[in-house]
Amino acid sequence: MILKQRSILPGFGLAMGFTLVYLSLLVLIPLSGLVLKATTLGFDRFWDTITAPRAIAAYQVTFTTSLIAATINAVFGLLVAWVLVRYTFPGKRLVDGLVDLPFALPTAVAGITLTFLYSSNGWIGRYLDQVGIKSAFSPLGIVIALTFIGLPFVVRTVQPVLEDLDVETEEAAMSLGATRWQTFSRVIFPTLLPAILTGFALAFARALGEYGSVVFIAGNMPMQTEIVPLLIVTKLEQFDYAGAAALAVVMLVVSFVMLLVINLLQRWSEAKQ
Amino acid sequence: MTQESLALGSAVAVPEAAPRARAHAITEPRLVRYVLIAVAMGYLALFLVLPLVAVFSQALQRGLGVYFAAITDPIALAAIQLTLLTAAISVPLNVVFGVAAAWAITKFNFVGKSVLSTLIDLPFSVSPVISGLIFVVLFGAQGWLGPFLGEQGIRIIFAVPGIVLATTFVTFPFVARELIPLMQSQGHEEEEAAVVLGANGWQTFFRVTLPSIKWGLMYGIILCNARAMGEFGAVSVVSGRIRGETNTMPLQVEILYNEYQFAAAFAVASLLTLLALVTLVVKSVIEWQTQRAS
Repeated sequence: MILKQRSILPGFGLAMGFTLVYLSLLVLIPLSGLVLKATTLGFDRFWDTITAPRAIAAYQVTFTTSLIAATINAVFGLLVAWVLVRYTFPGKRLVDGLVDLPFALPTAVAGITLTFLYSSNGWIGRYLDQVGIKSAFSPLGIVIALTFIGLPFVVRTVQPVLEDLDVETEEAAMSLGATRWQTFSRVIFPTLLPAILTGFALAFARALGEYGSVVFIAGNMPMQTEIVPLLIVTKLEQFDYAGAAALAVVMLVVSFVMLLVINLLQRWSEAKQ
Repeated sequence: MTQESLALGSAVAVPEAAPRARAHAITEPRLVRYVLIAVAMGYLALFLVLPLVAVFSQALQRGLGVYFAAITDPIALAAIQLTLLTAAISVPLNVVFGVAAAWAITKFNFVGKSVLSTLIDLPFSVSPVISGLIFVVLFGAQGWLGPFLGEQGIRIIFAVPGIVLATTFVTFPFVARELIPLMQSQGHEEEEAAVVLGANGWQTFFRVTLPSIKWGLMYGIILCNARAMGEFGAVSVVSGRIRGETNTMPLQVEILYNEYQFAAAFAVASLLTLLALVTLVVKSVIEWQTQRAS
């Protein structure tokens, strides 16, 4: 078997050697160390740790809030992408650039700012309080933070697909008598669906692991507004390394499943184009 | 493609993207268009513009004097210094790695290429908290190497080396992710021509490859730097938050906030927000540059 095809370019050994050493030292060995730490618990204690009521509650909070936030971003992300690609209005370029803000803004800054806005004397929170909605320090606060964090994903996956969309299929649909809404729901939307789902999955995966923006706004009540990453930190602060590692392994498994789903969605998305 | 690179857009990787359809023969009625634009802008105003306004208004709520006092406080300055130091180590390391990995992956054919690509993306799909935890498990007091390091008097966790390690892990894929698709689309004929004409490896890289990837490289560096300076979760796990010693700017924001020093917390946060805005501007400029060049 030939491991590497012949090439006249130099530098394979050096580049590949450095890549592998760096990757192993920084990523692979530390990650294996974590998994190994979780195994020191033995199966029974590992199972008890990851199925403890507090852990189950944390999975539920994390999963539900991430799902809601990703759904909000799927709907509004599609809308924002549509408006940015199809319509012209003043300041469009500025808005387009601003969409990436949640990725450039440090999560701690997002966390304290959103907490300020939605707490009971904040700019938005005070009005929500008047109608009896508690936003900061409740699950709704977590949803708000995760919506902010995941905002760019659907916009950025849908935008290029929408730009490449063939206008002629829309014209054909119209000339065959379809209304504008029928054209959108039966011609355009199915083409965009894989991209929307890819963006949704990316936002969801990101939300599952998010920590910085959530800890400020969540209130962090065990069993109610405690997310999994926070529970890991709590265990770590009690020097329960193995317990923290066990929960981390659960999260890693979920991340890998999400990674797989995203890859499949992207393949579907590319095949559809 | 990964979360971040996708969301931030690989502007450099798609130079031949179809021109934006300007005039659509068919569109929605004017009223529908205006309503859709209004709802979309309302959503972005609520989630993007309002927080930006809030950061600066809260930072300046007690006036400029308090603002400057907060950001020139010795502990704040120490945090700024540590943040700069961390980025100054992490970013160059990941640049060298990114270039090496992209060179190996895009200029040669070998078995296991797609596995290697996936492994490079790994840090993006790991929760920031876990990115810190792996180094605590490795180097912490009860970690695998903790007792040994303790005997040698070496501190990694709750010290600067741990912060640098966690930051480097979190920002690991940025440069590689930007360069790989770009160098893939460029092929390797030009480098081969240079080698045939007698250039050595370094000459080929610096005179042929580097000029053609410079914008993509810049793009990767700017994103890598923004994340390195702003990382919170991973760093908070390994830091120990020793004032003036292991506090980065995002951690300083947290400490001030938890002590109810809101104006000071938002003052430090405003510096990080400015960094984010500068990053977005530079990113847009690079995108326009590459669009013009293509």
